[in-house]
Amino acid sequence: MNLVRQANTTTWLSPHTGQVWELVIGLEVHCQLATRSKLFCGCAVEFGAAPNTRVCAVCSAQPGSLPVLNGEALRLAVRAGLALGCSIAARTHFDRKHYFYCDLPKGYQISQATRPFCTGGGVRLRSGKLVRLQRIHLEEDAGKAIHDRGPWTLVDLNRAGVPLIESVTEADLSAPEEAVEYLTALKEMLQHAGVSACDMEKGELRCDVNVSVRKPGAGYGTKVEIKNLNSFRFVAAAIEYELQRQVAALESGDPAQRLVQETRLWDTEQGVTRSMRTKEGAADYRYMPEPDLPELQLPASFVERERSMLGEPPAERRARWQQQWHLAAKDAEALTHTRELADWFEAAVRAGAPPKECASFLLNEVLTAQPDSLSLLLPRQVAALVTMVAAGEVSHASARSVLRVTLAEGTEPEVVVQQQGLRMVLDTRQIEAWCRQALVGREAIIADVKAGKVAAVNALLGPALKLAAGKANAAVVRETLLRLIAES
Amino acid sequence: MTRPTPNTWLHLDATQLAHEHRSGARSVVDTIAACCARSQRLQPRWNAFLALDCERALARAHTLEHAATRGRLHGVPIAVKANLAVEGLESSCASRLLVGWRAPYTATAVARLEAEGAVVIGTTNMDEYAMGSSGESSAFGPTRNPWDEARAPGGSSSGSAAAVAGHLVPLALGTDTGGSVRQPAAWCGLAGFKPTWGRISRYGLVAYASSLDCVAPLARSMRDLDLALDIMAGPDARDATCSPTALHESVPFKDLQGLVLGVPHEWRAALTDGPSRAAFEACVEAARAAGARIVELSLPLTRHAVSCYYLLATVEAASNLARFDGLRYGVRAAAHSSSLAASIAASRTQGFGAEVKRRIVLGTYALSAGHAEAWHTHAAKVRTLVCREFDEAWSACDALLGPTTPFPAIRLGERSNDPLSLYACDALTTPVSLAGLPAAALRTPLVEHEGGQLPTGAQVVTPHGADRLALRIAEVLETQLGTQALLSPAAEVQA
Repeated sequence: MNLVRQANTTTWLSPHTGQVWELVIGLEVHCQLATRSKLFCGCAVEFGAAPNTRVCAVCSAQPGSLPVLNGEALRLAVRAGLALGCSIAARTHFDRKHYFYCDLPKGYQISQATRPFCTGGGVRLRSGKLVRLQRIHLEEDAGKAIHDRGPWTLVDLNRAGVPLIESVTEADLSAPEEAVEYLTALKEMLQHAGVSACDMEKGELRCDVNVSVRKPGAGYGTKVEIKNLNSFRFVAAAIEYELQRQVAALESGDPAQRLVQETRLWDTEQGVTRSMRTKEGAADYRYMPEPDLPELQLPASFVERERSMLGEPPAERRARWQQQWHLAAKDAEALTHTRELADWFEAAVRAGAPPKECASFLLNEVLTAQPDSLSLLLPRQVAALVTMVAAGEVSHASARSVLRVTLAEGTEPEVVVQQQGLRMVLDTRQIEAWCRQALVGREAIIADVKAGKVAAVNALLGPALKLAAGKANAAVVRETLLRLIAES
Repeated sequence: MTRPTPNTWLHLDATQLAHEHRSGARSVVDTIAACCARSQRLQPRWNAFLALDCERALARAHTLEHAATRGRLHGVPIAVKANLAVEGLESSCASRLLVGWRAPYTATAVARLEAEGAVVIGTTNMDEYAMGSSGESSAFGPTRNPWDEARAPGGSSSGSAAAVAGHLVPLALGTDTGGSVRQPAAWCGLAGFKPTWGRISRYGLVAYASSLDCVAPLARSMRDLDLALDIMAGPDARDATCSPTALHESVPFKDLQGLVLGVPHEWRAALTDGPSRAAFEACVEAARAAGARIVELSLPLTRHAVSCYYLLATVEAASNLARFDGLRYGVRAAAHSSSLAASIAASRTQGFGAEVKRRIVLGTYALSAGHAEAWHTHAAKVRTLVCREFDEAWSACDALLGPTTPFPAIRLGERSNDPLSLYACDALTTPVSLAGLPAAALRTPLVEHEGGQLPTGAQVVTPHGADRLALRIAEVLETQLGTQALLSPAAEVQA
């Protein structure tokens, strides 16, 4: 069956029955906080370390060990809440969530059930729609169970205890592309607030999707949860698949296809979702307050300090750049790819660089030069170089070679220009002298130009610039040649 | 200088023994060697230890003998309950599941005693995972009471109590969750102390019921308990629930002038046999004679404490014991099927004893969907009311005085088939645990009981944080009663 999206709407038409359907989607996103150590012990958080080398008595649940909260994780979590406009609870506590699995050393996960540190807030989509957040809570990650290395299951506890925040939306989303837009915006906001690197390849952002269908105006249908999607493309594809599957099931009336509340997994190979467990088989997590961690009090001063660390939201920043500095939308987008890049660009502009030229130089020259360019340069160095280019003092070609030297040796751009004699000659009389010399013996061309074939002057450009040894601006030289011919 | 006879160390308390080691009057190596020899020889008799490591203890004694700095427990042999982590020693919690588990680190409380020169000679027998009131739920056989070997020493810190009562060591660590140190102190004629919850770091204490668990010392003098408390108390970066407030200064007092002691009549009424009642009344009289004003008061929630305690403690126990799945440490049982669930179930079925299973099942039920509200949430509310009841008591008195146990030591096996009657032993200790209050267990006079002489005990309970006040009052009472030098018949038992 193939449902047809009705133009400019979030409804779908069933060609067989003529029924109109809509989607109801909610998202739960797990995001790894950018801390150096784990949530409840001092073990390093390090992707790709040899298995079970970032493990201690606490995160391997040795008898007698106790958790101690990582203050940095708490700060980042609060910052995430602030970035998303949530209200931060003055008092909050942790709960234990129980289940047995080989990757969960304590037999419970320390999470937050009844009193999350964060409620409310949301993300506004370009359409103006607000995707409301129900809550954000702080919890520890489980380890990793590896099933495909022989007849046994291997367990790596390096990830056990890594700090996560889980954000849960209301069922406000109604199309796959809305889900993707929400996720993109969420990821960007968390990155810019310094909360998480959100590197999906490292599993730092994982998404569970709750999806159901209904006829417009009807109550909620039976929802399914699709767990552990690690790419936005899969999120969209899984929602699309569920839309088709659920409508087909509802329209068929076939009891065998009756929808049940269940957890499903996305099969990347086949592009389908598969049932993992139904609600009846769901675990009873037996939440209880964590007695090993005292109630958390978050004083206003603590929250305000984090607010001051937030920085400007990326969308607002882009709008400001476009308005104030007339940046192209494409450049503004590219320069807010990360908070570091955006801050770097702003610093260069503050150091005196003309914004538009600086943006293009950064994107086309600096970032393409080598992967770690930004860490090898200071914003003021690029500002100085771009300013010289914009003033016509240094040619584009020279600027590129100056950049190479500064990157390689750290020498200040002004010094490189000086040492290598790259400064353009701006002296009109000197330029006139080179032009006069270039005109000697070229009467034919002079006659052509005078006769109105202005383009003929281009043949003199090369010789004149050669006399100037590349230190004259081509446009200025051309203008000077034309003036001299006219005066002759 | 005449060298003391080898066995005189038997009668010394830790404070005195450390003093003699520090001054050079006594050799640390001699003491530790004698202590280890005695403990080994008497092990078959009382089954006090689960692991004795004389080699480790002697090596440490040799180091201490020539150490430049000499701590407040210099060369004092101590025994540590097998639910406390001591690096390199087996801390099996008296469970088959944890046989062979050697802690990769040392509990903060133990490390602090060691830093003052204490020498751990071994880990002691106990009720499995501290679940029991008689010491009989150990997977490695019950401990015997050195006063009467047919009787239980009390639990769950049974081995630690027997080790001190048997004069194997002057000082031992137990843990007190619902009375597990105070009750064996009463049954073995010892001084025991349960601190304010959070006063001593729980890092390295294998959790039974985290919100109730306390590291608690047993000794033969109140000053030893005070010293141990002083050394172990204080914040610990590894335990977030450890109190940051400092202990009060130690100000010894000679009498109880100006103090008001409250005697809850529900506690008094719990004493069913005449001799025990007489022993407790002697203690009340001693308080009066020492200058205290005695007021009668009522703590009606006492009668709900045992049920409230067993609900909350088992809920936490079911959670805390979830980590024992046989996967990372301990004993993994062979499963009939290769599934993970089957493996975990087999390890737990074979590894845990009956009492532990009973409490896990009870605790799991009390927190399960559909039942949590009626059981766990309700019990948590009762706990709040119990705390409030104590808070009100403090407006009427400075400390509470009551018996520690309803009756003296029971015979081994007497209540093994009747868990509820065994839980009843905890009637007087659990209210204090629920409120997280400090309590000093002191020795009251011996009583004639079923044809023999048995120790009895009382507890002095003080407000949150007033740990030292409880110890001071208990010390005055013992002096007044003349029980401060109570010696068990075991002191005369030659190894």
